[in-house]
Amino acid sequence: MDVVRRIDEPDAVATPRPTVRDGPTPVAIETASVWRRWRAVVLQRARTFALGLVSLGTTLLLWHLATRYRLDLYVRFTNIPSPGDVFDHLVRALHSPSYVRNILKSLQRIFIGFAFAALFGIALGVVIGWYRTARELVFPTAEVLRPIPAIAWVPMSIMLWPTAEGSMVFITFLGAFFPILLNTMHGVAMIDPVLVRAARSLGARPRALLLEVILPGSLPYAFTGLSVGMGVAWVSLIAAEMISGQFGIGYFTWESYSLIQYADIAVGMITIGLLGLVCSGLIRMLGRIAMPWIRASEAHK
Amino acid sequence: MKGRIEISRLGVRFASGSGDVEALHDVSMTVEPGSFVSIIGPSGCGKSTLLNVVAGFVRPTTGSVLIDGKTIDGPSAERGVVFQQYSLFPWRTVRGNVEFGLKMKGIAKPEREVRARTLLGLAGLLAFENHYPDALSGGMKQRVGIVRALAPGPQMLLMDEPFGALDAQTRSVMQQILTNMWQRLRISVLFITHDIDEAIFLSDRIHVMTARPGVLKTAIDVPLPRPRTPEMVTSAGFMDLRGSLIRLVREESLKAMGGELADGALDGLGIEIGPEGLGRML
Repeated sequence: MDVVRRIDEPDAVATPRPTVRDGPTPVAIETASVWRRWRAVVLQRARTFALGLVSLGTTLLLWHLATRYRLDLYVRFTNIPSPGDVFDHLVRALHSPSYVRNILKSLQRIFIGFAFAALFGIALGVVIGWYRTARELVFPTAEVLRPIPAIAWVPMSIMLWPTAEGSMVFITFLGAFFPILLNTMHGVAMIDPVLVRAARSLGARPRALLLEVILPGSLPYAFTGLSVGMGVAWVSLIAAEMISGQFGIGYFTWESYSLIQYADIAVGMITIGLLGLVCSGLIRMLGRIAMPWIRASEAHK
Repeated sequence: MKGRIEISRLGVRFASGSGDVEALHDVSMTVEPGSFVSIIGPSGCGKSTLLNVVAGFVRPTTGSVLIDGKTIDGPSAERGVVFQQYSLFPWRTVRGNVEFGLKMKGIAKPEREVRARTLLGLAGLLAFENHYPDALSGGMKQRVGIVRALAPGPQMLLMDEPFGALDAQTRSVMQQILTNMWQRLRISVLFITHDIDEAIFLSDRIHVMTARPGVLKTAIDVPLPRPRTPEMVTSAGFMDLRGSLIRLVREESLKAMGGELADGALDGLGIEIGPEGLGRML
């Protein structure tokens, strides 16, 4: 646990420390309170962990019971694979080259589509967020296109791009692009005008202003956009792979259904969930690396 | 010696919903090179607008402002600005903030670093060079703000109530630091404040500004010797100045508030003001 210390005026006159007449010495108080706080934190963590186990365990148990007794309560569990089946298939899948290849293919599409979305989304967001004319010129088109879900682009995308690969990457790009663009624009709008004045009074020309103030100033919001965009990118990619796919984890999941490999459907779903989790984790990590000052400010609150 | 500010017949109008608002009216004053000049006046009297014109953020509607004989064309690193709000770049460390103006001047990284560290050392802030602004107290943020404004070597410093957000003790420490720094640098300072003691303690000359529209009323020279020390605050000369300035500012404040009071409520304050008038005052 970090002990956060506020930095005070070094040249302010030192105030005499109040003397303690009764009770334990300050050092003893400090040790005791640190110990108490540490204990409280450990207990809290243990509690959270235990409740998490209970939650997951209950879900697995209910799933197991529902499939074991083939419940039919309008919602039918007759063909649903049991947790045990799914686990067996997961272990088998991990040893199969095609499963791993599918995962790598999806990751590749996400990476390319998302990288372009991040690049264009942030760059365009900063420019049209800052320059009014650019905004008035570009934003109407963006507003018309934005409400169209990326999945709705699938047929058009297949016609647009010469390869299925290109069209799927494009769908991924579209899914991620708009959240990144809009959040970055919002980030630009939220920049304190006094920072812009400060930069100009320090001799910043328009280009430097954009790169040194507007870009870093909007970064916290841009990263919110990246997080949201990563989620939408996965949604879009999985749908695209299911519809037009060759390879990919979405394709794997849908194909398992066609091939009556029901346990593999769950394997695919779990894999998609885990991949999404890993990717958002990566974005968060990237955010911490790119914005070290955010961590510093959080530590002081 | 450079750093002369010559304001002549300056007027500023802002367009607003209910017609134009006149923020400044026929303001003329001069800041001699190397002198410390304060402007005091009631809040909303346009003193910040005056500073913003000199800084290059606001264009004059009428009249002119000359810096060493040249018209202002936007902000410039020649005129360092210290703002009332904290204005450090949160994404840059203390040293990164100080280096900003040097980077804008095209100075190479190694030299930027050396210069920034030298300045931070002089200001007693070197230990915090790698901290981000959010980790600093209010007084330290403003000190870094001053160092940052000084880093590119400006001809003058424009300060807009820089200590307004600080508590009384920190503020008096900051005033001492500023007057010591100025003593060494001897660059022109245009200082905006509503704190009379602060203005007397720091300045060579104090202008009193009236409200709505902002007009410069009186200028008072401060004959206190340099360097200024905290003990002077209780000296007879200080008290005399303080008394006359308080009277001046109070008259102006009353006039400014008079615009919002019922007719006739000004004479014999406290007697004619009914509950309604008081409500408007508060």
